[in-house]
Amino acid sequence: MDAQTIALNRFGLGARPDEAAPADSKAWLRAQLGGFDPRPAAIAAAPTRKEIATQLADYIEETRGAKAGRQAQAQPAAAAPQPRPAAMTDMAEARGGTADKMLNDRLAGLPQSTQQYLRKDIRDHYLACIAARTDAALVTPAPFVERLVHFWANHFAVSADKLQVIGLAGLLEFEAIRPHVLGRFEDLLLAVEQHPAMLLYLDQAQSAGPDSRLGALAAARGRKLGLNENLAREIMELHTLGVRTGYTQADVVEFARALTGWTVDGLRRGAVGRALGFDDGDAGAFRFAEAMHQPGARTILGKSYDQTGVEQAKAVLHDLAGSPATARHIATKLARHFAADDPPPALVDRLAAAYLRSGGDLPTLYRLLIDAPEVWNPASPKFRTPWDWSVAALRAVGTKQLQGQAIAGLMTQLGQPVWRPGSPAGYDDIEASWAGPDALVRRVEAAQRIANRAGLVDPRALAPKVLPDMSRATSLALARAESPAQGLALLLASPEFLRR
Amino acid sequence: MIDRRFFLGSAAAGAALLAAPGIAFARAATDRRFVFIIQRGAADGLSIVAPVGDPAFAGLRGAFVEDAQAGAKLDSFFTLHPALVETAKLYGTGEALFVHAVASPYRDRSHFDGQNVLETGATGAYRLKDGWMNRLLGLLPQGEARAIAVSPTVPMALRGARDVTSYAPSALPTPTDDLLARVGDLYASDPQLAPLWNDAMATRKLTGDLTGGGTNGAATGALAARLLAGAEGERVAFIETGGWDTHSGQRGRLATQLKGLDSLLAALKTGLGPDWSNTLVLVATEFGRTAAINGTGGTDHGTASVAMLLGGAVEGGRVAGDWPGLAPAALYQNRDLRPTTDLDALIANALGQHYGLDLGRTAAALFPEGKRPVPIEGLVRA
Repeated sequence: MDAQTIALNRFGLGARPDEAAPADSKAWLRAQLGGFDPRPAAIAAAPTRKEIATQLADYIEETRGAKAGRQAQAQPAAAAPQPRPAAMTDMAEARGGTADKMLNDRLAGLPQSTQQYLRKDIRDHYLACIAARTDAALVTPAPFVERLVHFWANHFAVSADKLQVIGLAGLLEFEAIRPHVLGRFEDLLLAVEQHPAMLLYLDQAQSAGPDSRLGALAAARGRKLGLNENLAREIMELHTLGVRTGYTQADVVEFARALTGWTVDGLRRGAVGRALGFDDGDAGAFRFAEAMHQPGARTILGKSYDQTGVEQAKAVLHDLAGSPATARHIATKLARHFAADDPPPALVDRLAAAYLRSGGDLPTLYRLLIDAPEVWNPASPKFRTPWDWSVAALRAVGTKQLQGQAIAGLMTQLGQPVWRPGSPAGYDDIEASWAGPDALVRRVEAAQRIANRAGLVDPRALAPKVLPDMSRATSLALARAESPAQGLALLLASPEFLRR
Repeated sequence: MIDRRFFLGSAAAGAALLAAPGIAFARAATDRRFVFIIQRGAADGLSIVAPVGDPAFAGLRGAFVEDAQAGAKLDSFFTLHPALVETAKLYGTGEALFVHAVASPYRDRSHFDGQNVLETGATGAYRLKDGWMNRLLGLLPQGEARAIAVSPTVPMALRGARDVTSYAPSALPTPTDDLLARVGDLYASDPQLAPLWNDAMATRKLTGDLTGGGTNGAATGALAARLLAGAEGERVAFIETGGWDTHSGQRGRLATQLKGLDSLLAALKTGLGPDWSNTLVLVATEFGRTAAINGTGGTDHGTASVAMLLGGAVEGGRVAGDWPGLAPAALYQNRDLRPTTDLDALIANALGQHYGLDLGRTAAALFPEGKRPVPIEGLVRA
């Protein structure tokens, strides 16, 4: 694998035949750090947060109303019942066709608008965001930075198998990650943890301090409002310090207490919403609800935090971002993504040191990667994840725009549905998770489908542009193919194309 | 009720028609045709020929019972899957015989090994290097021992000393098969991808649907008929079907599979014309599936299944076999339909009668490792 191929594929998202190959690979990569548009046309066309959150709030209100009719029952903010929405039933439908019936059964009795929301609106939002992400990746002039956006979106993973998250998952990437991908880690972290998708996904939005105003009110009525540790734990374990780095259960609980009050505006209407100070006109915005915040100072990792209000958890996040454990965690993940499944220890050390030295300045780390010989080692290619491979394949055949449904279906079939890793740990970044027998067959099938739909593309002319150092075996296979489409499928399925 | 015996007695006349022992070839020239349709992936016999009369059936089969009740009534005990419309007509005209609770000698639950036993005719996997259909050719008159596999390559069942051919026009298997083969070549020298790919292809061949299974059924049947029909036609044919490994969503998938098989059989009959009256078709699978439905609307690898004998030469219109029952104590290893008829014995008996060959001699050639089979008379008209 030559330097140009590594620049295009390992750093970038794969070559496009209509773009000239970079003459100076490292200069091309460095230039991208200065020329990234966080909000290109495709992203700007995505549905707005207010639109998505207002519909979610409508849905919560309607299902609450329906429920209240049956029994008077209180629930913490935003904890709506969760019928399986239509967006999530693709697989089941493909298998047996019973999903429709199940959905129908669950929707029976709900208001028409709620049914419409679950059947269509939420799915439309999700697919529109997937289309925006894909289109941005297909035509970007800064594919290295787009790759980093995808990297961070997976680091800060939310999963669209939770109803409240489906519509908002893409917005976390668009609103929290894209603007900060070239900034400081701390700013990125704060933007993510205050984003409604994360607050809802990890149950922070409904976490209330037992001694908060709302907690006391509930207790007086014989109800218990709970502290939810989910976000606090995952911030420490997944987003910053890393698992088993010395924090304790007591630290998690204290951090969770500090985070109480971090919630999402406008999702709860009526008296409770008013008590929380919600503004229905600002649905989906981050809201610090003082009424849910556990009063008092907190002690986390041996340090006391006596700040009040929203500043308390912000101070904790600041310290977490500056921790050497976080530096090593981030360094390891970046080295794994760009150098090898087993990250070279020397590279990890250098990245961690640069992180601490620069105060978590992300472009400093990216420049270090560009200059790191370990990343330019042709002997240790990375096996492309389904997303990487699909984007590279679509770029190779010159696709510039795709329907959300098409890419969503493709990614589900290849085993990596967009924004739906099923866990806050995100998708694995090692070959063992993606290079399986069945996975390989699915890729070949997908290659054939992409090739069949690519129109009149001559693979012999295309190959040198997208695989500058193609092997002789691949080149022979292309030459012997029974049709151009078959040759193109072989190109996309070739061993070189499966790796970056 | 549980102990239902269908065999013996009803067709005693068949005994007189057996050829005298020691005669090598029944006829100077045979116009008989034999077709083996393999169901790769373990077909669910309890869905195909459903024992609705068994008191334990409904409890084990849940929602599947709806299909069983919608199917053609075969007798007071069994119904045929509703997708098998044309097959039900063959049953009505006495040209279809179903034998239940059959199994090869193989008792484990691996597709790979089970298909090897089914095709080689050995008592265990990889013990024989040639297939029982190839050895069958050795029993047929010179010049009549012509066999073909309707597939891109010669399957195990037809491999051996006798020359056989295989034929699959490029239009029949989807172009994907060709691409898969080329990708296999491309990965052959890649140390990581080659073993993964070989694994995938082995699985796909064993359980998957390389020939398009259900959907291409009619085309496959018509093609096989063209290859077999007329004086110059082949005498023996092997037809692949895949896609029977229904671990999940079985109702829909199995209906599609059976529709394909049904179209295949109908097209075979139509295409063979007058030769259909001299034809014996065997449909069999490597093993059956669990008696109970699993948690994903499917069934898992089991033991006994159902075999079909079809054709103008068949003494059909009945369900044969020794029904073991589905009560918990009656199940094999507490989970599967218990085998009561040896598939090898069924094949030896049917082919012996079909070609007018001595049963012992036929069995010794086809299934050399097995015991001398119990005579099962009245399967095929001489």
